[in-house]
Amino acid sequence: MGFQEVIDADGRIEPRDEMPEAYRKTLVRQIAQHAHSEIIGMQPEGNWITRAPSLRRKVILVAKVQDEAGHGLYLYSAAETLGASRHDLLDLLHTGRQKYSTIFNYPTTSWADVAAIGWLVDGAAIVNQVPLTRCSYGPYARAMTRVCKEESFHQRQGFEAMTVLSRGTPAQRQMAQDALDRWWWPALMMFGPSDAESPNSAQSMAWGIKRFSNDELRQRFVDATVPQADYLGLTVPDPTLSWDGEHYRYGEIDWTEFFAVMKGDGPCNRQRMGFRVKAHEDGAWVREAAEAYAAKQRAKAI
Amino acid sequence: MTPLETYTLRHGDDCLVLGQRLCEWAARSPQLEEDVALLNIALDLLGSARSLLSQVGDEDQLAFLRDEPAFTNAQIMELDNGDFGRTMARQLLVSGYQVLLWEALSSSADEGLAGVAGKAVKEAAYHLDHAHSWVVRLGDGTEESHARMQAGLDDVWPYALELFEADDVVTSLVAQGIAADPEVLEPAWRATVEKVLTEATLGVPSSDWRPTGGRHGLHTEPFGYLLAEMQHLQRTHPGASW
Repeated sequence: MGFQEVIDADGRIEPRDEMPEAYRKTLVRQIAQHAHSEIIGMQPEGNWITRAPSLRRKVILVAKVQDEAGHGLYLYSAAETLGASRHDLLDLLHTGRQKYSTIFNYPTTSWADVAAIGWLVDGAAIVNQVPLTRCSYGPYARAMTRVCKEESFHQRQGFEAMTVLSRGTPAQRQMAQDALDRWWWPALMMFGPSDAESPNSAQSMAWGIKRFSNDELRQRFVDATVPQADYLGLTVPDPTLSWDGEHYRYGEIDWTEFFAVMKGDGPCNRQRMGFRVKAHEDGAWVREAAEAYAAKQRAKAI
Repeated sequence: MTPLETYTLRHGDDCLVLGQRLCEWAARSPQLEEDVALLNIALDLLGSARSLLSQVGDEDQLAFLRDEPAFTNAQIMELDNGDFGRTMARQLLVSGYQVLLWEALSSSADEGLAGVAGKAVKEAAYHLDHAHSWVVRLGDGTEESHARMQAGLDDVWPYALELFEADDVVTSLVAQGIAADPEVLEPAWRATVEKVLTEATLGVPSSDWRPTGGRHGLHTEPFGYLLAEMQHLQRTHPGASW
């Protein structure tokens, strides 16, 4: 079967199958940006590991950040099946030529932000990614199956942490509300611009990479999340929010903010990239040593 | 506190404090595989810490509400991470020690210690393998990595000697078949570590300076910052649950 026949039959494309160059490029870009988001996402949460308020919470958070590093690893591997190299992709990230999710350019200023990220950001990521487990490219779909399982675990842990805060002392409740106030709109922006303004959507749909529109997924997230906020006794920071009998109608998203963050002018873009590039540069001598050692071992073996 | 509680707490503090230090590497390591590995080691250590602290009291009270002089970890655990070479040097010395410690304690007359040790010995063996492979790669890698690795090793080496101190607590528990005997551990530890250092083309440091005091609550200056960071939320919100 040729490429289009496989796509039309809702089958899977595998690394050795023929595929249009544009399909390959689109996937490399999407998978790489996803991988970059995982590794940049380690920073805002890693920010609280050493300050986690109990040993149980510390262990949960360490395991979560470790999972993110793991997700990064297998997403870069999935991109490598398309002929890209992790080294080159990291270079594109470090030089600002590839992006990562805008959500990670917001600061985690309190412990409740860690809970809110688990609840809202992982929640939104799952809604975005579950359809990707049926994506037409096999290695990406399989990576997503594993990622989604782990993220749904993170989402439950985040919600549980948020529950404890919202049932806690007045200061803890305030912390929880403040986190929801700051993360709600950025979480809605994670689904990307409205369908009319999303240039690559139609082609990705035709290729079976994307299954639902940005607006459909965003609505699914809002519908799932508003009742959870009610359960927590927290107020969603959207005065226009209302139930129309089928869905929760939400207010206007500030796309000016989204595009500013996308362009590099979010509160933490510079900090995240600076941190990432420094870590990479600080580790250069270690990677060089590992290569030099491996070369010596190969020379000895000959 | 009974001698057994004191002994259990010392090793719990060792695991807690080194675990906390390793957490500082999150998202900072030289490559993604090391973010996974270092956090994995941190998780193992924090897991052992929780089991050991819980045998003495409430784990969170002990971790978050004790003041500096009540912490009885050896000072090597609290040393700054420094660069990756120094972190790996510290890990080699500590994991080399913990493999032997947990091996010995897995047949301790105290069931609680034996239980933790039985699980921790397998984890420590992995930590030692990991440190071994990096110390060798860095020691026998490039000129720069050799120099950095040796410098890191020279820095942390004197602190390792505290791990083999014996006071009345240790001696009395050794006599009862509860504690591991430092006199047996030390030569075996030297053999393990020196073998790795030779393979890594690194010199075995020699030091007449033996910093000491951790087991009795005397710590290094950077330790106060570690505790301030770790404890601040519990102390800012007394009585809150998390």
